[in-house]
Amino acid sequence: MAWFSFLAALIPLDGYGHYLHWGVINISVANFIVIVLMVVTFIAALLLPFPGRNRRKESK
Amino acid sequence: MSTSIDQQWTTRLRRRVAGKLPPEKLLPDTQPAYVSSWIYVFGVTTMSALAVVIGSGLILALRGPQWWHESSIGHFVNSLHLWSVEIFFFAMVVHLWGKFFMGAWRGGRTATWMTGVVTFLASIATAFTGYASQSNFDSQWITTQAKDGINSTGAGAFFNVLNLGQMLMWHIVLLPLAAVVLTALHVLLVRIKGVVPPYEDKVGEAQ
Repeated sequence: MAWFSFLAALIPLDGYGHYLHWGVINISVANFIVIVLMVVTFIAALLLPFPGRNRRKESK
Repeated sequence: MSTSIDQQWTTRLRRRVAGKLPPEKLLPDTQPAYVSSWIYVFGVTTMSALAVVIGSGLILALRGPQWWHESSIGHFVNSLHLWSVEIFFFAMVVHLWGKFFMGAWRGGRTATWMTGVVTFLASIATAFTGYASQSNFDSQWITTQAKDGINSTGAGAFFNVLNLGQMLMWHIVLLPLAAVVLTALHVLLVRIKGVVPPYEDKVGEAQ
């Protein structure tokens, strides 16, 4: 259970939310992080080699 | 010469289904070579997350709000429901981006694309009614904030976000039913038409 407390201390969820402002854009840090992670996942999915892809090509 | 058996609706339906979706197409042994890319895994990731969403939702429905608010296991299943929804939307958005840039409506796949779009919209409504059904201060805040927006569209006349019973029924009956039926239809259409090939291949050639 100790690492749960450690994790909770790292990411406090009890306080007020944090927001980012760029002109008319107003977004919570949590939502911004999720969007960044989705973009990173999308790019990684395009670039990372898929297991067995080369094996398939060789067997052709 | 057609007999009376040929005219039966059951016979005609069976032949039509078997013609459009033979077993080897419904559950194929192999996929085209271009499917070996990570970008193709997000559709099935979305469906896997949906299975966990439905499963955890069924357990929450069995035990009720007091259990999910006050017991440790209730908190766990409640969190499992929330985080599987997060993964569901995360994977669905990456799937959407991938399919958008592939032009996944090509090759007679308009219905596949449109069922995906409608499923996405139904999922947003399902998630919203879920937030409205939490029966805590968070859901009170969300619904009182949302009511003005919903009322400004005129939908508030029959969709009252402050009516907890109505929101709960939409969340646990109507919208999940729509999401699951649409997902099933979407997957069947993918199986009928096949996975969309990349732009450099001719549509349908790699199938």
